Amino acid sequence: MKTTYREAMRAGLRDAMQRDERVFLMGEDVGRYGGSFAVSLGLLEEFGPERIRDTPLSESGFVGAGIGAALGGMRPVVEIMTVNFSLLALDQIINNAATLLHMSGGQFNVPIVIRMTTGAGRQLGAQHSHSLEGWYAHIPGLRILAPATLADARGMLWTALQDPDPVLIFEHGSLYNMAGELDDDAGAVDIDKAAVRRQADGQGHRNGDTLTLITYGGTLPMVLDAADQLAGEGIDTDVIDLRTLRPLDAHTVLDSVARTHRAVVVDEGWRSGSISAEISARICEQAFFDLDAPVERVCSLEVPIPYAKHLEEAALPSVERVMAAARRAVGADG
Amino acid sequence: MSSLRNQGIPDAEHALHLLRQMLRVRRLEEKCIELYSAAKIRGFLHVYIGEEAVAAGVMETLAPDDAVVATYREHGHALLRGVSAGAILAEMYGHAEGCCRGRGGSMHLFDAATRFYGGNAIVAGGLPLAVGLALADRMAGRQRVTVCFFGEGAVAEGEFHESMNLAALWQLPVLFCCENNLYAMGTALGRSESQPDIALKAAGYEISAWAVDGMDVLAVEEAARRAVDAVRSGGGPHFLELRTYRFRAHSMFDPELYREKSEVVRWMERDPISLLQGVMQAAGELPAEEWDRLKADVDSEISTAVGFAENGTPEPVSELTRFVYSDRPDDGGYTGAGGTPEPDTTAGKGGAAG
Repeated sequence: MKTTYREAMRAGLRDAMQRDERVFLMGEDVGRYGGSFAVSLGLLEEFGPERIRDTPLSESGFVGAGIGAALGGMRPVVEIMTVNFSLLALDQIINNAATLLHMSGGQFNVPIVIRMTTGAGRQLGAQHSHSLEGWYAHIPGLRILAPATLADARGMLWTALQDPDPVLIFEHGSLYNMAGELDDDAGAVDIDKAAVRRQADGQGHRNGDTLTLITYGGTLPMVLDAADQLAGEGIDTDVIDLRTLRPLDAHTVLDSVARTHRAVVVDEGWRSGSISAEISARICEQAFFDLDAPVERVCSLEVPIPYAKHLEEAALPSVERVMAAARRAVGADG
Repeated sequence: MSSLRNQGIPDAEHALHLLRQMLRVRRLEEKCIELYSAAKIRGFLHVYIGEEAVAAGVMETLAPDDAVVATYREHGHALLRGVSAGAILAEMYGHAEGCCRGRGGSMHLFDAATRFYGGNAIVAGGLPLAVGLALADRMAGRQRVTVCFFGEGAVAEGEFHESMNLAALWQLPVLFCCENNLYAMGTALGRSESQPDIALKAAGYEISAWAVDGMDVLAVEEAARRAVDAVRSGGGPHFLELRTYRFRAHSMFDPELYREKSEVVRWMERDPISLLQGVMQAAGELPAEEWDRLKADVDSEISTAVGFAENGTPEPVSELTRFVYSDRPDDGGYTGAGGTPEPDTTAGKGGAAG
């Protein structure tokens, strides 16, 4: 079946609403507007305003209400327009959703799913373009997902709703129009394991031209593109899609690095204090003696993301920067 | 003066019950202060002394399956909602027998059995939760009420306004109880609010709101009953501003530089316990031996609770990383913190982590 990331998300939502009457969607413009990114278009007509619930622009209020509804036995899916706006709800997400189970000594689960867009690339300026999922991945008690494929867009929501704990799903804004084939019977997917999206085929020109590219979310298509081009240069790559930033599946990463002996981490967040820093640290802690080269990182430049197209492009990871990092890692950069 | 004097005591047995409830809170917290001074319990300790009529009056009007959300000054709310004094004290000791197994402490008491949802140390943080609990009831068609206690300091936070708006917009079954004790830590209401009439603010959101004498337990109970009945029968959110006063400092660390002793003394003349006690005695409804028996009962309850807490067991460090994520039956105890082979387990090793 031909579909888009946006349609796959919508199918996941519809499916969840049909399967479990406790599930409802709440957020800014999810109803009459059809969703800021048109993910929920048509769902209001199908499920009505009680379950497709428009909210005022009050992130802390409606995210907190979602947490309360989860405590009250519902299965809320709360949509926040962008990760930037989620900062207005940080108190509720971090001080309540992430802590209530622990502070209550295991008495109160918070089975909420919070969806939001993340990332840059659409000339929206700093306050709509940041990638802050790595910050959230710092918080114990939260599960952080980043669907990068149609199958994950379709299937992660249901798995997330089965989780008794708060789950945040980050949807990169540049992925919504991504189109492709999806199995008709596509359904729930594993959210515990990273996925190997491309396996090194052993066809490197000489011993040592292999490496592991590690990424997630919106940069996966770019990294796969870079991997294709690198193959043309005789550089053989594993591409790992982390999928879940917390709890992190380090095994899949470490297994790959043990085979390729080199790693490049691609992350649209800023380098300092980022999820790429965490991955790099784990490789150094646990696979140091497998490494034949320093871990490379390709991140956004450390500036608020600018509006002008050429400046924005220059600030973000690109195929060229990924390839350059890969060449450095295999010592093929001249 | 108090409506207590005006309305008399309609039901001596009930008045005695209210007196007992207030005294239980008072004695529990006096004991907390003692234990704190003896370094048996630590952390922040915020006592409710002087405000007991609020929790006592409101709790009286709730059904067992209603929900309660409270702040960090919540020992009284927890106790009167039905959490045992022993479980509360054991929590402050950090013992496994504590109502949160030592993870919450004084400011974060929770109890699923009585639907007591904290224990929130962020002043307006509980308001959106109360809105959501009420939303869940509404969507599920349950006739339950959620009561949310918060201080007047919370009124300055955005979450107060967001919550008022949502609750009124969606006509949710929630009762907001603002415990106006005039000071947000050391900041007097007049120094933090351009409009200090809090009931008026709530009314601005189209919520039925009253200001009530929070030192008069009968007045509190009557107003709360009227509000809870209205909420339960589908009347949408209601709001009570309970005008009260805390006799003690904000916390054990507060030197109280911001108010005159004479002001405290003046309010103490309206101590909610003495007020009810005096009226009952004047009406001949509280013989000296009855009062003595009441005090002895309460003292005995509290000393039993102290014994329970004192003899409890420290929550084992081996359990430290439990309840970060849920134990899930299908995957052998995945916790993300303790169960998965995380490379960095310093946080999970307790004593070894130093």
